[in-house]
Amino acid sequence: MKHFLIIWSLLFVSFPAQAVIEMRTFADSAQEDRYKALINELRCLVCQNQNLADSNADLAKDLREQTYKMITSGASDAEIVNYMVARYGDFVLYRPPFKSTTLPLWIGPFVLLGLGILGLALVIRRRNRTPDEALSDVERTQVRHLLDRDD
Amino acid sequence: MLVVFLGIGLKLDPREVPSPFIDKPAPEFSLPSLHNVDVNLSPQDFTGRVWLLNVWASWCVACRAEHEVLKDLAREDIAPIIGLNYKDRPGDAKRWLQQLGDPYQSSAIDVDGKVGIDWGVYGVPETFVIDQQGIVRYKHIGPITAEELHSTIIPLVNTLRQNKA
Repeated sequence: MKHFLIIWSLLFVSFPAQAVIEMRTFADSAQEDRYKALINELRCLVCQNQNLADSNADLAKDLREQTYKMITSGASDAEIVNYMVARYGDFVLYRPPFKSTTLPLWIGPFVLLGLGILGLALVIRRRNRTPDEALSDVERTQVRHLLDRDD
Repeated sequence: MLVVFLGIGLKLDPREVPSPFIDKPAPEFSLPSLHNVDVNLSPQDFTGRVWLLNVWASWCVACRAEHEVLKDLAREDIAPIIGLNYKDRPGDAKRWLQQLGDPYQSSAIDVDGKVGIDWGVYGVPETFVIDQQGIVRYKHIGPITAEELHSTIIPLVNTLRQNKA
């Protein structure tokens, strides 16, 4: 009974989620802001739908460490991003750059939207253009017959 | 149209991130050899030869599956396989090779994974094929299967070997 009560009460206890981020010390808050912005922008390669900030993967830890080291040694944001892209490709960026290989990614949705609008316009136009079928003579007499009928 | 996109989506493997190193010079490193820490290994040691860099670790389960395939490749004796022992303990690594056999001409120890980052490694095992000029020609992510060895890796190595100027 005692065990049951303990387990039952434990169900109502919640623990705060463990933060992934390591303790870091920066020379100034600008550096810290840049660090946070960068690890939020860079993708974890192992668990691909997480950024470096959220990921607990070993590699993400290493890359956070690398980002930290580069920031504190005075590298610019562009230098850090280039460092990552040179090693892991555009894939590390959540916002891929605009270039030939990523072109479909950027303009694809607009092309599809355009095609959709075009298709819709064609359908509507065709529908408007076809006149209502005129009744044939036989149908005309049938209709007259029905209308004239006494019920 | 949806079906087409879904079809393409099914064929693509999201884990296969295109490597920015293909057709670029192999990144530098100078790391101690697993079996002789006094000797440093570097990509330059293999200039003039087609060689493979295989990233492995004793903690990596998929590497175990790949190991037999690598031994097959070593038996072909067409190109040296250099191991990059990634974030491993040298003792564990040596024991692993003793138990399973050693297909590597030598293995470089990358304890902190720094060289791994320079090579864009994100999932062990990974294998790079490097040509005589030190240019990376191919990257394989994940364990190489026997089929991939015979359909892709061996033909590629043979083609590269013939390109020798």
